[in-house]
Amino acid sequence: MVAQLIRSVESEQFKAEIPEFGPGDTVRVHAKVVEGTRERIQVFEGVVIRRRAGGINENFTVRRIASHAVGVERTFLLHSPRIDRIEVTRRGRVRRAKLYYLRGLTGKAARIKERRT
Amino acid sequence: MIRGLIGKKLGMTQVFDETGVVHPVTVVEAGPCVVTQVMTPERNGYGALQLGFGLSKRLNKPEQGQRRASGFMSRTLREVQADDPASFEVGQVINADVFAQGELVDVTGTSKGRGFQGGVKRHGFAGGPKTHGQSDRLRAPGSIGASATPGRVFKGMRMAGHMGHERVTVQGLEIVRVDPERNLLLIKGSVPGPNEGLLIIRRAVKSTKKKG
Repeated sequence: MVAQLIRSVESEQFKAEIPEFGPGDTVRVHAKVVEGTRERIQVFEGVVIRRRAGGINENFTVRRIASHAVGVERTFLLHSPRIDRIEVTRRGRVRRAKLYYLRGLTGKAARIKERRT
Repeated sequence: MIRGLIGKKLGMTQVFDETGVVHPVTVVEAGPCVVTQVMTPERNGYGALQLGFGLSKRLNKPEQGQRRASGFMSRTLREVQADDPASFEVGQVINADVFAQGELVDVTGTSKGRGFQGGVKRHGFAGGPKTHGQSDRLRAPGSIGASATPGRVFKGMRMAGHMGHERVTVQGLEIVRVDPERNLLLIKGSVPGPNEGLLIIRRAVKSTKKKG
């Protein structure tokens, strides 16, 4: 009863539409960023290396290789109103739920096989 | 205007505000409270309201008599202040919507009992050194006084003992959201006590606020 009330408070804030995606998939996250007074949408594209927690706190981390082969990871709250939209561009076939091993790999070794359905 | 309500802590979660910032909140079921008695300066020497909260089937006859006029067999009774107690009537139902979003409140509850605890946990003592040949000193309280003068340990010396399960008030918490339909208050931050614990939510006595 009590847990239901809390869950209902949380579920009011859930996003209606979230594409299905998981670790290994490549996604484009359209995130809203505020610059001074202006708000614009910034796209962050990379591999989902984890998806964790549940309810309103569910979040996921996207890793991409920026210039000079520097790895950049960003964690997003799945239901955050600051995320405009999530696009899945590629499905990956992986055998782990958390792809932390990618942090130690670069170049060819860090590739993920595409999953075809 | 009523200054407080009785409530029940339901648990914690988090909510997004309009700008997308996440706030940690405690969900409190505040009300419906029913006025069970109006204290007047003439009769009681002071003005206040006695509120009832929750329902009980296990009241004895005197307890039932106390609640009969209000029309509800309330489980808990607490007194709260009001600016104009005389304008309230016995039996009147008060809901969580007496509070508004953004308002500051003080929340009183009974903290979680921790049992018998040592000085390190109970009073924040540093304990002793871990190394350099120490034995049995790691969480020791250290000296508790001098020698023959005064020849005794002063009263009130902080030592091990029972911790928690005491009345605690947290001041100046912000109300993030009010849900009048379900009588829920979303209060920013944590409040004392376990989930389902009884709380008294009062308008803040101190109005200083950072904001920004």
